[in-house]
Amino acid sequence: MTLRQISVFLENKKGRLAEVIGLIAREKINIRALSLADTADFGVLRLIVNDTGKCFDALKQAGFVAQKTEVLAVEISDRPGGLQGVLEVFDRVELNIEYMYAFVERKADNAIVIFRTDQPDKAAKALAAEGINVLNEEAIEQF
Amino acid sequence: MIWNPHYETLGRNDLERLQGERLGELVDRLHRRVPFYRRRMEERGVKPADVNRIADITRLPFLNKDDMREVYPLQLLAVDLSEIVEVHTSSGTTGLPVVDAYTSKDVGIWAESMARTLAMGDTSRSDVVHNAYGYGLFTGGLGVHYGARLIGATIIPISGGNTVRQLSILKDFRATVLTCTPSYALHLAEAAREQGLDFQGLPLRVGLFGAESWSQSMRRELEAKMHLKALDIYGLTEVIGPGVASECEAQDGLHICEDLFYPEVIDPQTGQVLPDGAKGELVLTTLTKEGTPMLRYRTRDITFLDHSPCRCGRTSVRMHRLLGRTDDMLIIRGVNVFPSQIEEVLLRLEGVEPHYQLIVEREERLDSLEVQVEMNERLFSDEIKQLERAERRIAEALFAALGIQTRVKLVEPKAIPRSEGKAKRVIDKRK
Repeated sequence: MTLRQISVFLENKKGRLAEVIGLIAREKINIRALSLADTADFGVLRLIVNDTGKCFDALKQAGFVAQKTEVLAVEISDRPGGLQGVLEVFDRVELNIEYMYAFVERKADNAIVIFRTDQPDKAAKALAAEGINVLNEEAIEQF
Repeated sequence: MIWNPHYETLGRNDLERLQGERLGELVDRLHRRVPFYRRRMEERGVKPADVNRIADITRLPFLNKDDMREVYPLQLLAVDLSEIVEVHTSSGTTGLPVVDAYTSKDVGIWAESMARTLAMGDTSRSDVVHNAYGYGLFTGGLGVHYGARLIGATIIPISGGNTVRQLSILKDFRATVLTCTPSYALHLAEAAREQGLDFQGLPLRVGLFGAESWSQSMRRELEAKMHLKALDIYGLTEVIGPGVASECEAQDGLHICEDLFYPEVIDPQTGQVLPDGAKGELVLTTLTKEGTPMLRYRTRDITFLDHSPCRCGRTSVRMHRLLGRTDDMLIIRGVNVFPSQIEEVLLRLEGVEPHYQLIVEREERLDSLEVQVEMNERLFSDEIKQLERAERRIAEALFAALGIQTRVKLVEPKAIPRSEGKAKRVIDKRK
């Protein structure tokens, strides 16, 4: 029930982000969601794309340091308190969230939240047991 | 295998007698033919007749790197220009290039000293030498070439660059000996890994790496990655090029061809000659060269000498692998720091590659040292806190080894200019 996220190491240098995004565009890969975490010196760009394998190969080919990580994509109804129910599940099964980011679904009134935890399978199971919709890679491609 | 058993195993007394004779002849020749040297000798009040034994060398003046600018391009020529058959120069990255002009005999000396070097790696007629030192004005390529020719080995004169082609030629021609800079060797090893080429399946058995200083841990890394024995070789354009000194299979110091190049180690401040084991600046005198002989040339390289017997059977003095350069030595808040120390620390750390650059700055009269380390897959994480932890881990290890605080910065791979020649390790913005 997990899906693969690509993370890329970037120096905090003018134009560097545009180079990565441009590269992905030239490969005709569609970015579903992204988040950028940074410090004064460097950043880590995290991407969910429609073709993970192709995107990863293209980045490696261009000399970037990149990595694939298993993350969870959780569908949450786009209303006040929607996220809270999900976080309570993490709390109950005592799982740490390393980071998360969200995007809004186009077709339905839902938000998709990406969670990074060190035990994604355990989290997926606990969420499913609560009737929360955890999306797989094919489902994400539909959005 | 010892290439020239007569000279390489000469007893100390015979060797010193030979060195004394050659020095006397050299000084006499330089006094007659090179106005620059004559003037320097006159300034010190020394005449050729005063130099009879090798111990008399301390009466002679030093030749400095700065002098080399004064004599550029050919003021040191000790023969008629028509005698010169070949010219090489240094890259000149720190000013005017230094020049070595060779007579036919000088090229012969070079071939002889490089044949001795190659033989320290057991190179014989049946070997295939993949020579990835640059051919051209740089002495690396042709130096190895002449030595391998003298031995009669098969030379692949591939020169530097085009890594993909290097790897396929290396494989297809079944090279047994690799010659290049250690940083380029590491680059080849990385590229091979990316292409799925395993050195274990290749007949390569020895690497002769030089033209830049490298550490013991880098040796271990090269030996593990390339499945070969890595030997350190030393030389410099002014003196002959590569061939001045090389490690034998004992890998315990570099044998200097001291019947050809006489070594001294001096205190760089006072000029006093230091005894075995004392670190100082290496000074070299070319005892037999004709074209542009060097008299007590201060190399700026830091090392120490060891006259104790070596188990390989050679009697020549050994110099410790380079400990740094007098002009590379960084003084950070009063502490002496050599780039080689930093490389040593990085190589010890799990997941860290020895690709680094040092940026020295002065902020409000206080020196700061930034160590830029290239990111790689083993070090990378999608979590910022892991990356920050890696930076801290490196900074703590550097502090433990050097005793100074550094600012560690992770940079993208290949952000640090990669040498096909030499890696630019230090950027000192204080000057």
